[in-house]
Amino acid sequence: MKAIAPSKHVVLALVEDKPGVLHRVTSLIRRRGFNIDTITVGATEVKGISRITMTMMGDEKILEQVVKQLAKLIDVVKVSRLKPEAAVMRELAMVKIHTPNTSVRADVMQFVEIFRGHVVDASPESLTIELSGDPEKIDAFLDIVKRYGIKELARTGAIAMQREKTSSSGSSKISV
Amino acid sequence: MKMSGAKALVEALKREGVKVIFGIPGGATLPLHDAFRDALDEGELTYILGRHEQCVAHMADGYARASGKVGTCTATSGPGATNLVTGIANAYMDSSPIVAITGQVPKLMIGRDAFQEADIIGITTPITKYTFQPSSPSEIPSVIKAAFHIASMGRPGPVLIDLPRDVQTEEEEIDFPEKVELRGFKPPPRNPHPLQVKKAAELLMKAEQPIIIAGGGVISSGATKELLELVEALMIPVVTTLMGKGAIPENHPLCLGMIGMHGRGEANAAITKADVILAVGMRFSDRSVGRFDVFEQKAKIIHIDIDPAEIGKNVKVDVPIVADSKSALTAIKEALSSMATRKAGEESHWVKRIKELKEQFKDRYEAGEAGIKPARLVKILRKLLPRDSILTTGVGQNQMWAAINFEVYEPRTFITSGGLGTMGFGFPAALGAKVAKPDKVVVDFDGDGSFLMTEQDLATSVSQNIPVIVVVVNNSSLGMVRQWQDLMFGRRFMAIDLKRLPDFVKLAEAFGAHGVRVGSYEEFEGAVKEAMKMEVTTVIDVPVSPDEKVFPMVFPGRGLNEVTWG
Repeated sequence: MKAIAPSKHVVLALVEDKPGVLHRVTSLIRRRGFNIDTITVGATEVKGISRITMTMMGDEKILEQVVKQLAKLIDVVKVSRLKPEAAVMRELAMVKIHTPNTSVRADVMQFVEIFRGHVVDASPESLTIELSGDPEKIDAFLDIVKRYGIKELARTGAIAMQREKTSSSGSSKISV
Repeated sequence: MKMSGAKALVEALKREGVKVIFGIPGGATLPLHDAFRDALDEGELTYILGRHEQCVAHMADGYARASGKVGTCTATSGPGATNLVTGIANAYMDSSPIVAITGQVPKLMIGRDAFQEADIIGITTPITKYTFQPSSPSEIPSVIKAAFHIASMGRPGPVLIDLPRDVQTEEEEIDFPEKVELRGFKPPPRNPHPLQVKKAAELLMKAEQPIIIAGGGVISSGATKELLELVEALMIPVVTTLMGKGAIPENHPLCLGMIGMHGRGEANAAITKADVILAVGMRFSDRSVGRFDVFEQKAKIIHIDIDPAEIGKNVKVDVPIVADSKSALTAIKEALSSMATRKAGEESHWVKRIKELKEQFKDRYEAGEAGIKPARLVKILRKLLPRDSILTTGVGQNQMWAAINFEVYEPRTFITSGGLGTMGFGFPAALGAKVAKPDKVVVDFDGDGSFLMTEQDLATSVSQNIPVIVVVVNNSSLGMVRQWQDLMFGRRFMAIDLKRLPDFVKLAEAFGAHGVRVGSYEEFEGAVKEAMKMEVTTVIDVPVSPDEKVFPMVFPGRGLNEVTWG
């Protein structure tokens, strides 16, 4: 599991909610040879505007070029970069863990509690866990439970917001 | 008003001031062409029927570059649309505003691999500023409005509209908006940041050996007057990029011509000696500046461009100015006027040096053994053609011979495929330019390989009465490839011999054009004079030795200070 290290880049794009927009965005990034590690798309507070959150590794200079090119796309209303250290990041994961006996089950349940996860499905042989938090926390949890056997894993990819400054020096809220 | 999508489209085009459409019809654009027919009958539209879709896109491109207006072309779905792709990519690379309208299979058939279906939106997304696919007739007027706005505003470029067949035939209540809101389209501010302008002016004042690189942006923003004023006020020498030819009259004493891989010796020499570079409306392409690091070392760079993504993309910039070239140059000149400018007429040591450089390289371009020198042909052509004539080129040696040796005096009179390097561009671009400027002499200076890629549109030229002059510098080979094989692959020639085919005189005649072969400079001069009087296209075939090379040359991966003369 890769951790989202500070060197990893987080790019936010507010885009028109239209067919083909995701293609335009990802096609542009593909051309620059960047591999998108995670990408999420969802609604925002403004009707008709979606928010794309992407995390990727890559050369700083090329990333700067990617951001400038993204800003030029007609369907991209606003694009910005987040400093991971100044951002709140959250990700949701669902993990199906192999739990063949009660002792393993008890162990897993304990870790789920420590990590403040939930059991969302159970069978005699497995437990399905829902866990949310910053991506590092999910990495840590997976690192622990992998010894029991992960049967299936689904991660949403990160969503992120810049932390609001404590002083009243301008809002990071984006108006469109 | 209730009308069909096709009629709405034609009406919207008319409202955008479109007078000419370059196109080829097909099954998926039949309703559209039926609507064009009405406009044609009313004399409101000219339709130029091409013979290959690549050519109709290049014609629209040539039309746009010659006129400064948006060029419009159309093709049917599937193969018609995919044939446009090279032309669209070409316009994208050279920031030429065109709107391409393609037919598409009916909405319900999309995605079912219908006859003549191609995902042209998916295909052209990376090579257009934007693409549209209206899903109902009522969307069409605002789509057209937006398309022309996007194509021409900010950094110009191509826009594609894909029109499903049923959207053309359906009838709906149609409104024509006066303007459209595009919240994601924010062309950069025309006006430059005053602080950066001040910094630029200060740098230029302090510079001992300043130089201006003028790019295509000077031409597309109509900033040639402002450029000349700044040049003369500051006595700064100017070089241009390939796309910048025409930004300043090239016979001006302070103009050194084109820089780059095949730049003029004096231009490349001057740029490597400069201490401050003012780059205007250009993008530091590898072909223009050679090795990026060599470029950055010596000089402070001021970079003006309308596209913020160009600033810092290839070279590190000291003063970035995101603005339209015209307003930026005006602002810099104003900022300078408040400072103590150099005395008028005072010739600095640097300007003297520049003039010496020009003198030093003057006689080097036609050197070499006997036989017809392409450089000399270009100079004869320049001497014979009126000042405002338009020259287009193919791609390869012919293009570079023209770029090095053809002095351009006015903007929009040198039209070439700079970024994409599309062989075959010259001839259809010449046709488009001639349609835009019917009173000007239009010459395509081409190579045999290049011309052969689009020669079928001789039929368009003859049947639609668009007379141009085609000069085929015929070395019976893919000359530039041959030159590289000669210089870099130990003369191991491969796949470059065109076997003296076809006979271009007979080819021209087969199309109803005029064809002539010349064997000397005198015959060439006579043929050009004759061609200028003809009311039909003339193809002048000029056999030259395949060993003729383009020099000077900077080998790929080298800096502009490492020029080879052969």
